[in-house]
Amino acid sequence: MGKRTIIPFGPQHPVLPEPIHLDLVIEDETVVEAIPSIGFIHRGLEKLVEKKEYTEMVYVIERICGICSFGHGWGYCAAVEGAMDVKVPERAEYLRTIWHEMSRIHSHLLWLGLLADGFGFESLFMHCWRVRETVLDLLEKTTGGRVIFSVCKVGGVRKDIDNETMKEIVDTLNGLKKEIKELTDVFLADRSVKNRLCGVGVLSKEEAMELGTVGPMARASGLRQDMRLTGDHGVYDQLDFEPVTAEEGDSYARCKVRIGEVFQSIELIEKAAVKIPDGPISVEVKGNVEGECVTRLEQPRGEAYYYAKGAGTKFLERMRVRTPTNQNIPALVKTLQGCDLADVPMLVLTIDPCISCTER
Amino acid sequence: MSAQSNIVPVAASDLLPKVRDLKSEGYRLGQICATKVSEGFEILYSFDKDHQLLNLKLTVAEEEEVQSITADFWSAFIYENEMHDLFGVKIKHIALDYGGHFFKVAQPTPWNPKK
Repeated sequence: MGKRTIIPFGPQHPVLPEPIHLDLVIEDETVVEAIPSIGFIHRGLEKLVEKKEYTEMVYVIERICGICSFGHGWGYCAAVEGAMDVKVPERAEYLRTIWHEMSRIHSHLLWLGLLADGFGFESLFMHCWRVRETVLDLLEKTTGGRVIFSVCKVGGVRKDIDNETMKEIVDTLNGLKKEIKELTDVFLADRSVKNRLCGVGVLSKEEAMELGTVGPMARASGLRQDMRLTGDHGVYDQLDFEPVTAEEGDSYARCKVRIGEVFQSIELIEKAAVKIPDGPISVEVKGNVEGECVTRLEQPRGEAYYYAKGAGTKFLERMRVRTPTNQNIPALVKTLQGCDLADVPMLVLTIDPCISCTER
Repeated sequence: MSAQSNIVPVAASDLLPKVRDLKSEGYRLGQICATKVSEGFEILYSFDKDHQLLNLKLTVAEEEEVQSITADFWSAFIYENEMHDLFGVKIKHIALDYGGHFFKVAQPTPWNPKK
């Protein structure tokens, strides 16, 4: 056995947009153990339910994260609607699905850019983010916001998308396909990129299951696990949805799954734009939350839990958000065991860590 | 829209056998969270199998110790340390016990401050 050294990784590190700390126990250049610690930016947003009315709380929940903001707002509303037994109009479910998939596209493009930046391919990073801007423009045009949208409310949505804008969304996203393909071909075919990703951080299907891994990380290990299949929220059951999966379980597979999901989201939006029915976009919600509900949503980074519990007052007793990164930390710890020290930044990136989500 | 949370109450003595059964049936752990209630804490364990959700709800007194489920679901250490650090839930035999240092909090158990 070689001499063991502990190297602190983070909370400040060039590949970390947000702070997480890992104590890396290494022997020579090999990591034998990684011990994570979080809490550097814990905000305690869940606790604010005691001071914000349940209808206002959606604005707080959206601010958990600037990337998954729409999904958090939707998940919160879905949990409250579940606890109050509110039926959301079908058009609102379609609109929520469209905005959620647009969020997934921009989130995955952001991640692809960060990955390129992580392995030192700066021009690829810039191009990924340039393309992402177009999606943000569409979100701004339809919701008024580029980061925080505030279009979800308990009982439906606040804004509608007219037919002309819907056509523009579909045309613009279809126009982006060629550009995205050019970029993603580099991730999937370039030798220098593959050298950094192929065979790195392999997580077997059994390990992914054992560790409760979620999202693209789980699907890249061969698990057919996607909360869009539950049919609980959105209109995925009407869009012939089947999750993108891969078998290899390495960093390359995780990249491949997210790339597949970008194109899949464009197709889902296209189908939803054709099928969206006319009708109201929200229902009036009366009274307060009395009861509880646990529900789940597939965020870009994976399955997220939302729990709302109320006792009949305008304030909830408890609001809980369990974010995908939270659940993927054990898998990260597992994949780091036995990896080269030089691969640690890649592995941290391939879980698509969102520490703001984790810290809430 | 599904409002079916499928929440099943469980006694403290039945928790580990029930969790072990779920593990052998192929369930995976989704999350664990604590809620402060007048009796002490309500702890919600969420499990999933083939996209079917099952929640176990355990109610314990504030001073009562809860058994860790990390022997069956190792990834539970994240949530058990979180409940300990934020609420002060006493959990014994956590596989990876941070001893109150998982979250960097300015005051002990901020979501259940001592009077």
